[in-house]
Amino acid sequence: MSSDHHDSSGHAAGDHAADIDKHVRVYITVFIALMVLTIITVAISYLHLSVPVAVTIAMIVALIKGSLVAGYFMHLVSEQKLIYAVMALTVAFFVVLLALPVLTHENGYWIPDAAPAAAHSEGAH
Amino acid sequence: MDIPYTVEVRRDTGLNNGKIGIWLFLASEVMLFGALFASYILIRVGSPSWPRGDTILDVPLATFNTIVLISSSVTMVMAWASLMRRQFGKFRIYMGATILFGLVFLIVKYFEYSHHFAIGEYPSHNNFLAVYYTLTGLHMLHVIGGMVVNAYFWGPGAKLYQTNPVWFTNRVEHSGLFWHFVDLVWIFLFPTLYLL
Repeated sequence: MSSDHHDSSGHAAGDHAADIDKHVRVYITVFIALMVLTIITVAISYLHLSVPVAVTIAMIVALIKGSLVAGYFMHLVSEQKLIYAVMALTVAFFVVLLALPVLTHENGYWIPDAAPAAAHSEGAH
Repeated sequence: MDIPYTVEVRRDTGLNNGKIGIWLFLASEVMLFGALFASYILIRVGSPSWPRGDTILDVPLATFNTIVLISSSVTMVMAWASLMRRQFGKFRIYMGATILFGLVFLIVKYFEYSHHFAIGEYPSHNNFLAVYYTLTGLHMLHVIGGMVVNAYFWGPGAKLYQTNPVWFTNRVEHSGLFWHFVDLVWIFLFPTLYLL
């Protein structure tokens, strides 16, 4: 990099117009993908699938959408190692946090329909 | 005294201080929302019955809000890209659009909340609504916080661009990282609360 001014990604700000143009095209593609995935998420909910299947599909679609936002809008696809280290640590603790209810629940099931003892639980609230 | 490493990159981290700061903050935010999601799972699993979100909440309205928030993420990243191209006028337009999208999101949320309050559906009504208000309420506070910061950079904070455009561009990138995180949280809140 020959510029005096560098942003935190190591890019020379202001003199990489072609790079930025390429980024903008990616942003538009990601935007379209996010819109399509949002429509898919809503459309699937109208199929009234069983809770375990619906949860699985919804979370997979949400994970894809979240990865697109984090990867491209937040530039995680081309970040510095230290950011990856921070994120890896965060993900590890996040997984433990989400696993706690599963581990502490008496029958080990986190989807009501899958729990034999709670098979009757769907319906009125 | 000047703040160090606002523009230039630190050799040991490969980053400027603002960026590592905002990512550490976002890491703490992941744990905050993670704790609430974990609580939601625990409450839902422990409940003898649980309603589908679409039997209580307005899915078309929330779908509209999802599209609004995703659009605001695009305008936010375009605002940063405009600064990278040294197009300050375009930055103002995109940042203004981001703030307006945030405002639209809040207005829609106001109508959603008002409807529930009008029919007596307060947080104390049942566990589902308690979880709904807690998660969406905290998320809404984040939207408001992000809008305040973005409005500062659109208005008085933009003076920095005249004296140090690179520092200003970095600041906008960091506020953008927060804004995208707010979008990311909604991407998970929407299906878990409204559709499942």
